[in-house]
Amino acid sequence: MLKFEHVSKKYKGGKIAVSNLNLEFKKGEFIVFIGPSGCGKTTTMKMINRLIEPTEGKIFINGEDIMEKDPVKLRREIGYVIQQIGLFPHMTIQENISLVLKLLKWPEEKRKKRAEELLSLVDMTPDYLERYPHELSGGQQQRIGVLRALAADQPLILMDEPFGALDPITRDALQDEFKNLQKKLDKTIVFVTHDMDEALKLADKIVILRDGQLVQCGTPEEILREPADEFVEEFIGKERLVQAKPNITTVEQIMNAHPVTITSDEQLSNAITVMKTNRVDSLLVIDKEGVLEGYIDVEAIDQNRKKAKSVADILNPDTFSVQKDALVRDTIRQILKKGLKYVPVVDEQKHLVGIVTRTSLVDIVYDSIWGDEELERAQ
Amino acid sequence: MSAIMDFLNNNGTELLIKTWEHLYISVIAAVLGIIVAVPLGVLLTRFEKAASPVMAVLGMIQTIPSFAILAFFIPIFGIGKVPAIIALFFYSVLPILRNTYTGVKDVNKSLLEAGRGMGMTGWERIRYVELPLSIPVIMAGIRVSTVYLIGWATLAAFIGAGGLGDFIFSGLNLYQTEFIIAGAIPVTILALIVDLILGKLEYKVTPKSMRDKKTA
Repeated sequence: MLKFEHVSKKYKGGKIAVSNLNLEFKKGEFIVFIGPSGCGKTTTMKMINRLIEPTEGKIFINGEDIMEKDPVKLRREIGYVIQQIGLFPHMTIQENISLVLKLLKWPEEKRKKRAEELLSLVDMTPDYLERYPHELSGGQQQRIGVLRALAADQPLILMDEPFGALDPITRDALQDEFKNLQKKLDKTIVFVTHDMDEALKLADKIVILRDGQLVQCGTPEEILREPADEFVEEFIGKERLVQAKPNITTVEQIMNAHPVTITSDEQLSNAITVMKTNRVDSLLVIDKEGVLEGYIDVEAIDQNRKKAKSVADILNPDTFSVQKDALVRDTIRQILKKGLKYVPVVDEQKHLVGIVTRTSLVDIVYDSIWGDEELERAQ
Repeated sequence: MSAIMDFLNNNGTELLIKTWEHLYISVIAAVLGIIVAVPLGVLLTRFEKAASPVMAVLGMIQTIPSFAILAFFIPIFGIGKVPAIIALFFYSVLPILRNTYTGVKDVNKSLLEAGRGMGMTGWERIRYVELPLSIPVIMAGIRVSTVYLIGWATLAAFIGAGGLGDFIFSGLNLYQTEFIIAGAIPVTILALIVDLILGKLEYKVTPKSMRDKKTA
């Protein structure tokens, strides 16, 4: 849908705002450009509707080179929302919402209908249509600002820190509202912000820029899990990284990769010896290929000592296990819900690869409470 | 009182004719001023660099005594109404131009960016955003300019353009105070009435939502 090919912007006097940017996004993606001020995020966004023209490279929207289109026509096909809201004070809400439609020469009746329709999207009543922007609260004004960008059903919308000037509570509400709206209407959004929380909350793809260079581009999970470098880590903030850990870490990253195991054809006496040497009360049972078969514990051995001889006889095959790429967050929930002491971790072929115990949980909880303090102490 | 009645009985018709001449000389000059100054003011906001030299030149013209300008135009345009209107036109331009320039320049930049980002052409931005938002300032310039013109138009009589100046000059030449007063008072009344009408017009052309703010 949207593609940047070697895009650069140099200003007169040699200042490089954006250098050699290559990006590609799919339809319906919520793309967030983020970075410190002066990183080129706004410049990059404004190049999409040619408010700023690239000095090098090409930008394509649905395969069309934007430089070959008439800029006015191009901009009417792209929604645009700015931080200062930019509602026209001398126009009613209806006139503001349907301004692009007026430019596109829609008849008055259709414009009015469309404005009402849009207003209902944000749960505002039609009597707002006749009011003026200064009679509305900041949050309501920016809702209208967003609706204005949706008026002509533009598939692509550019937003330049749209919620930056709002108070935190309104901002939060608008973010939720807008994210839902975006999913419902299946719009592609390019959103510029310097607020990492906002980016993590809204984005499908986050593009991190610094000094006009692309630093990292990925889903919020990818970026939290594997920050490309120290800059990204710092930018995300250590606190967020630590807090986000259970949400993005997989069990593979925290599991004990050397669980105490036994094969099912072993003698019970051997099993007890293994337990004693490793000081555990249960053993995971695997076959020769390492596929998890079940578990035995010391109670079962005790009860069946007389009758059973091999591990296979008392094996309990009813074992709950998780895939190694499962999220720690979900695993913790299972452990707590089922009251498990441990969970074996397996790969796609059910080979045992590790174990998550309650001790691992303690580590995570410890990290999220004390982790950042430890980091500070370490510095 | 009877002196006034006598005067009006003798000169009433002429007074009306002169008042009408006076009004239309001033108004035509003002309208010409608007036609030239408003577009020029908008244009200057597009060429910021040209703005201050142009303003300076016009400011200089403004400081030339009006008598001198009128006299200066005689060899070029002769005498009568046309040179008077042309001379007055020069005076009307500056206040309107300066207010248009300032008004348009002071329109919130984020509104212009919003307009540009939405796909407005340059003309649409002027038409839908810049002019409606700067109209109170432009109108103020037009008011000031027109009221001044009505005053200055008195001097037009000097080059045979007629108007209420005729009464005043006759009064001065003949040492007849009543003629001077008969010229001066209608000029003042005319200026006040025109200002009042333009004030109403200003209110009418100001976008609804901006009227409250002005009184607030």
